[in-house]
Amino acid sequence: MSEPQPPPPGPPEEADVAEPSIEADPEAQTSLAARWDLYQRTGGVITPLLTAIFAFFVGGLVVLVTTGKNPLSTYRAIFDGTGLNWFFPWVTGQEREFAAEDLQQTLLVTTTLILVGIAVAFAFRCGLFNIGGQGQYIAGMIAALQVGVWLPDLAHVPHMILAAGAGALAGAVWAGIAGILKATVGAHEVISTIMLNWIALWIGSYLVGFNGPLQDPNQVFVPVTSEVSQGAKLNVWWGDPKLQGLHIGFFVAIAALVVFWIVLNRTTLGYQVRAVGFNPEAARYGGISVGRNYFLAMAISGAFAGLAGSVDILGWLFRVDLTSVQLSSQIAFIGIAVALLGRNTPLGIFFSALLFGALLNGTSTRNLDPTVFQPELASNLTLIIQGLVVLFVGADLLILYLWRARAKLRRKLRSEPVAQR
Amino acid sequence: MTTQAEVVLASGRIKFRIARAAGIAAIALGVLAFWVALPPRTVRSEAVPVVLGLLGIALGLFSWRKGETRLGWTAAMIALLGMLGGVLAAHAAVENLKVVITWSAVIAATLRFATPLIFASIGGLFSERSGVVNIGLEGMMLMGAFFGVLGGDKTDSWVLGILIGMASGAALALVHAFFSIHLRSDQIVSGTAINFLALGITGYLYIDTYGQEGTGDLPAVPDVNLDWLSRIPPEGLGSFLEKSIGHLNLMVWLAFLTVVLAWVVIFRTTIGLRIRSVGEHPRAADTVGISVYATRYAAVVVSGALAALGGVYLSLGFVHSFTENMTAGRGFIALAALIFGKWRPFGALGAAMLFGFASAIAPRLQNVESWATYGTLFQALPYLLTLIAVAGVIGRSIPPAAIGRPYIKQ
Repeated sequence: MSEPQPPPPGPPEEADVAEPSIEADPEAQTSLAARWDLYQRTGGVITPLLTAIFAFFVGGLVVLVTTGKNPLSTYRAIFDGTGLNWFFPWVTGQEREFAAEDLQQTLLVTTTLILVGIAVAFAFRCGLFNIGGQGQYIAGMIAALQVGVWLPDLAHVPHMILAAGAGALAGAVWAGIAGILKATVGAHEVISTIMLNWIALWIGSYLVGFNGPLQDPNQVFVPVTSEVSQGAKLNVWWGDPKLQGLHIGFFVAIAALVVFWIVLNRTTLGYQVRAVGFNPEAARYGGISVGRNYFLAMAISGAFAGLAGSVDILGWLFRVDLTSVQLSSQIAFIGIAVALLGRNTPLGIFFSALLFGALLNGTSTRNLDPTVFQPELASNLTLIIQGLVVLFVGADLLILYLWRARAKLRRKLRSEPVAQR
Repeated sequence: MTTQAEVVLASGRIKFRIARAAGIAAIALGVLAFWVALPPRTVRSEAVPVVLGLLGIALGLFSWRKGETRLGWTAAMIALLGMLGGVLAAHAAVENLKVVITWSAVIAATLRFATPLIFASIGGLFSERSGVVNIGLEGMMLMGAFFGVLGGDKTDSWVLGILIGMASGAALALVHAFFSIHLRSDQIVSGTAINFLALGITGYLYIDTYGQEGTGDLPAVPDVNLDWLSRIPPEGLGSFLEKSIGHLNLMVWLAFLTVVLAWVVIFRTTIGLRIRSVGEHPRAADTVGISVYATRYAAVVVSGALAALGGVYLSLGFVHSFTENMTAGRGFIALAALIFGKWRPFGALGAAMLFGFASAIAPRLQNVESWATYGTLFQALPYLLTLIAVAGVIGRSIPPAAIGRPYIKQ
């Protein structure tokens, strides 16, 4: 599904989308979690797939209309930059080496996106919309950096774990603020997390910026911090460590997907979180503390975003500079699209993170051939595709309607009509 | 002859009135406690703000005890903040204070920063009063900011720039309306998608049309020069008025007009009644023959046009250029202002002014030499204030009953 190829012309799903025939629907499905449940029942690999294809199709149209360039060759150029052609057995020799390097870059981004995607997805399952990935990511970056810079004499493994843990904790605390506000005074988490994003952005800019307390004293003319000590750096297992090879953080992200699944589906906490997500009132009557779960879900989800920040710092950035603080918004917002497109399931998150990671890396200035398509345009194209994905994944009503119609039809066939409401 | 019940009622009313007066006096005292320590007064003794503040807190608590729970509590908080601010200011060097507080300049800047928030929050008011959450205000503002520039540039007329900007915001709002009303998507998810789309569309077209050169010369929305203000009798007052409100942009005044118009429309016309009824109880509105869908569509589209107006002001009226993501979260602050203002036009106006004040004061704080190292930290001030505001320090606000809930026709 990660092949960014536009679909053949004449897409049937476009016609579906334009059809607003929904009058006969007896119930409103408003809660996010209830909708997720629906996805489960529709066996919904199809919705995200159609959505992605449709979004890429529209993206291709945009390319065609605005620049007159062939969308196929544009997508082809983007695809070549992702390194995904490494998986093709017929790619050999030097081309394969380049592909391997590109793929390492793609997977580096994928690692981050998986973690921020989980951050959004976990909160989603509790009925919360965590847009605060950016702030939590910045908090994680800075905390991990500090622990990485301090304690230069610590052994390798404990230092790594300590630094990554500090990042996760910082993310949890930052998100926890929004969780507490939601639980106690009912402040809407969307607004509070966005405000926390901006606050983190400015605090981060202050800390690493000129004359900031964390700025590297040896480089007063660059807004950058000192480098984390050698012991805290994550091991590189694929590629050249000097050329940003793929670090073990990738496995941390995979492990996080497993943890995400286990916590959600096999623990009391996960049960309560999901119960609150499905229906907070019912959960309250069932004796579950809604406020406590709001706080915990936010904090846990923030821990994942903070972990994303620390993995980036310890894995390949090694220092925080002003640009990485400011670029964090892009990463965190793609996390939302990752979670939505991945239907908040571990496997779905993995594949959509790969898709967006490839898209991000393929449209980067370094990888996209500017003679084919301008990288600055392409990165905005990514945003448009992302927006369309979120828009259409949210509009599951069509699927809902089809599903209901099918179920109704089956019931009618099986027996005489059940009493109408 | 008055019955006993009436006497009790009357005395209760008097008690209520006293409580209210005490609360208002407490707020005034809190503001005064801060004000005396600032230029032009700059009282240097801490005692004055402390005494004023304590008096204010006492009055606020009195008002609270006498039944004005929310007002009293708010007043006590304001008095406390005023006292703390006053003590802090009394400690700061006078020169520093003078750099930060030049009242006429602060007022002018507050109005400039508040204007986009006012437009967007009034836009949000229409949408949310009709029962549709509009997280997409940010994106609609951004559309207005870009297409205002594009339209103004291509047609060489700021009027057309404004109109084209508004139309673009309305078009994006129409998408939001279709997805949240007809397709019954989750309105917050749909709004987030709107923000992404706006970011992508404006960024893409900006680079496609203007590239690295930037927007260049643009037709500007003119300022309204009220020179006659300086001739108002007491000499100081005249020049103060002229400096603070004498040279504001046309759209600043338009924003105030919008607030008044919004109040009239929402609370004094049939249309407003329909919008509110659809937002409070769509089923009942439907029963009496109001088209819920049509009303909501109209409200959301109006909200998009108004939010875009705020964006146009940012680009054509304020900065005179466009940069990617130039709204920088203002749409969300406007949303917070709306909530803080309890979904009322003048409440939203007050909240927007408060956030405008924070934005106006932030860059001025950086001008103080000894604080310059904290420079960027002050930029967080408006956002921090918003966070505190939504956290409900000053009472909870109750949203329209049917907000965020799609309506299904029967």
